[in-house]
Amino acid sequence: MRFRAKIVDIGCLNHFTRVINTIAKLAKTCTLRLTVDKLYFILADKVANGGVSMWCELSQGNFFDEFQMEGVAAETNEIYLELTPENLARALKTAQNAKAVKIKLTNKHCPCLTVAVELPSLSSSSRIVTHDIPVGVIPRKLWNDFREPSVPDFDVSIYLPVLKTMKSVVERMKNLSNYIVIEANLNGEMNLKIETDLVSVTTHFKDLGNPPWVLEDGSQTSTQERDPESMAEARIDIRKLLQLLAGQQVIPTKALCNIVSNRMVHFILLHDDVSLQYFIPAHS
Amino acid sequence: MRCIITGGNVKVLGKAIHSLSRVGDELYVEPLQDGLSLRAVNTSRSAYACFLFAPLFFQQYQPGGQGSGSVAETVRCKVLMKSFLAVFRSLPSLEKTVEKCLISLSPRASRLRVQLHCKYGVTKTHDLSFQECESLQAVFDTEQCAHTLRALPRLLVDAVVHFPLTLAEVTLEVSQGGRVNFRSYVEEETEPSRMMVTELCLSEDEFQAFHVQQETRVTFCLKEFRGLLSFAESTSLPLSIHFDAPGRPAVFALEDSLLQVHLVLATLSEPDGSSQATNGTPCPFAPAYDFTGDDIDSYMIAMETTTCNDTGRTKQLPSPTFPLRCTSPNPGQTDSDQEGAVPGTPPQKKFRSLFFGSLLSQSQSLSHAEPSQEVLAEDSEGEA
Repeated sequence: MRFRAKIVDIGCLNHFTRVINTIAKLAKTCTLRLTVDKLYFILADKVANGGVSMWCELSQGNFFDEFQMEGVAAETNEIYLELTPENLARALKTAQNAKAVKIKLTNKHCPCLTVAVELPSLSSSSRIVTHDIPVGVIPRKLWNDFREPSVPDFDVSIYLPVLKTMKSVVERMKNLSNYIVIEANLNGEMNLKIETDLVSVTTHFKDLGNPPWVLEDGSQTSTQERDPESMAEARIDIRKLLQLLAGQQVIPTKALCNIVSNRMVHFILLHDDVSLQYFIPAHS
Repeated sequence: MRCIITGGNVKVLGKAIHSLSRVGDELYVEPLQDGLSLRAVNTSRSAYACFLFAPLFFQQYQPGGQGSGSVAETVRCKVLMKSFLAVFRSLPSLEKTVEKCLISLSPRASRLRVQLHCKYGVTKTHDLSFQECESLQAVFDTEQCAHTLRALPRLLVDAVVHFPLTLAEVTLEVSQGGRVNFRSYVEEETEPSRMMVTELCLSEDEFQAFHVQQETRVTFCLKEFRGLLSFAESTSLPLSIHFDAPGRPAVFALEDSLLQVHLVLATLSEPDGSSQATNGTPCPFAPAYDFTGDDIDSYMIAMETTTCNDTGRTKQLPSPTFPLRCTSPNPGQTDSDQEGAVPGTPPQKKFRSLFFGSLLSQSQSLSHAEPSQEVLAEDSEGEA
C-alpha cells in the first residue's frame, strides 16, 4: 500500500485547503478513500454522527501535480484511511506560502499521512515542516460500509438560495429553536420554518427553480405527478444545517437539496471539480 | 522608586508585561541601581522570566525613593499579575493614547501607583496593592551552557507558528552537522495514534550563531516561549538560546543597551540510556530531508507488513519500565531554596524546578507498547 502526492501550484493548494477546511467543519473523523483518479471524504451514516452522512468527491488531477498510489492489490487498487480532517486542515494551514507540499502515506510510530511542506527560508536550503497525521488503515472487509449513497427517492428537488443568505437566516433561527423545518414545492418555493411554543418564524424563498432529474431509463421522475403547489417538508437538526452552511468557504456553482418528506434532506453542492453531498435525517 | 516612561517605550513595557503574564500570576517589581527589574515565576517553578530595564530606558529613574542612592529605602514587592496586566491590557490603545507613564512605589505608601498620562489631558491612575517580598532570583549561568543558538526572533516565530496552540511542549534538537529541529513533544501517556506530530527542520545558515558541541535535544514548554517570542519580535533583537543536557534549564536571552531579558525554562529530563524509543517518536533525524531528492522508493513505505519482526520494529518496541536517572539536586540549586519566596507547588510534569531541583515521578509505565499493526494484518486476511 503506497501513496504519495504533490501540490506545487499555490492556487491548487489554496483550493485544496478550502475543501479540507470545509470537511473539517463537517466531520470530526471521516474516511479518506483514495483511488487512482479521485479522493473521497466519507462520513458514513452512523448513530454516533446523529445519522448525518457526507460524501465528498474530488478529482486528483485538478489539485495534484503528482499523484501515485498503489492499493492493497491490483484488482482493488484503493486505499481507505480513517482520518481526523482537523489535523489535515491544521497541517495545510501552515503551508500557505509553501513552495511545494507533499502528502504521503508513511509508517512511523503508527500509520501516518505525512504532510511535508517546503517553505522558503533565509538561506539556500528550504525549511521543511512535516506533520505526521495518525491514520487508521481500514481493512478491506469493512470497505462496504463506505459505498456511495444513492440519491434518495425524493418528493421535491429544489435549487437553494444563495448560501450566505440562507446561513444568516438559519443562524438567527438557531437562537430560537433546535429544529428547523425545510419545506419546498415544485413551483420553486422554499420555506425555512421554526415553530416553538412561543414563536413561529418562517422565511419564504421563491423562484428558486427545480432541477430536472432524469431517470436512467430516460423518463422523468415521479415528482412530475406531484401538485406543484404542495409542499414536501422535513424537520431537521438546525445545528447540522448550520454546520453545512457555515463550513462553505467557496460559493458552489450549483447548490440544491432533495427533500424526502419526513425522512431526510439531501444536499448537493457542486463546484467545478468538487462535489459535496450531505444527508441530514429528519426528526419526527 | 519613581520612574517615568514616555513614547514608544510605554508599549515596550506593555509588551513585556504581556510576556511576563504568560509565565506567572504575580509580578515581582524590584528597583535596582542598574535598572527596574520585573520578574515572574510560574507556580511549579519551572519557568522564570526577568526583564531588566536600564535607567536609560526611562525619562527619569530614581530607584531609591526620595534620597536617591540610599539602598535602605529600596522596596521590593510583588503585585498580582492580573491587576498589573489590566493597566496595559490593550496595546494598540496604549500606543495611540498614552504619552507618559509614571510608576511610583514608596515604602510609606501602601500602594504601587501606575499613572498613565493620555492625550487630551486625561490621566488614569491605578493604585495597586502590593506585598513586600524578598528578591526573586533563579539560579542559572549562561556561561555554563554547552550550546548556544542565536537567531532573529522572526525565524523562531516562523518556526513555532507551525505547531498547534494546544501543544504544551516542544523538543529542540541540534546536531553538529548544522541541523536544528523542532518537534512536537508527545507525552508517554498519549496514544501515538491520537496525536499529530509536527517537525520543523532549519539549517544552521539561518542562525546568526550556532555553537553546538554535541548532538543534544531538550524539551521545554511552548507557552512561555511563545510569550517571549511575541515580545522579541516587536523589538527585533536577536534572541539567544543557551542550553545544555536534558534536564538542565534552557535560557532564552535578549539584550541591548536599554533592556535585558532572560527567560529560564526547565527542560524535561530524559530517562537514562537511549532516549530514542521513549517518547514514542521515531528515531531522530529521520525526517523529510529528502524533500528535494525525489527517490520514490525511499519514502513510499510499504505498509503491508503482516509480521512485526523486522529488526527496525523490534528496536522501537519500548520496554515496560525505564530506570530513571536520579540526579541529586546540585548544591547551587539547594542554595536557592531560601531565595524563592513563593510557596512552591509540585511540578506538574517531569520538569525539574529551577529552584528546588525536585525530581520527577519515578514510575512510569507504557501501556501503548503495542504498535498498530494489527489492522494491517487483517488486510491480508481479507485476501485469502
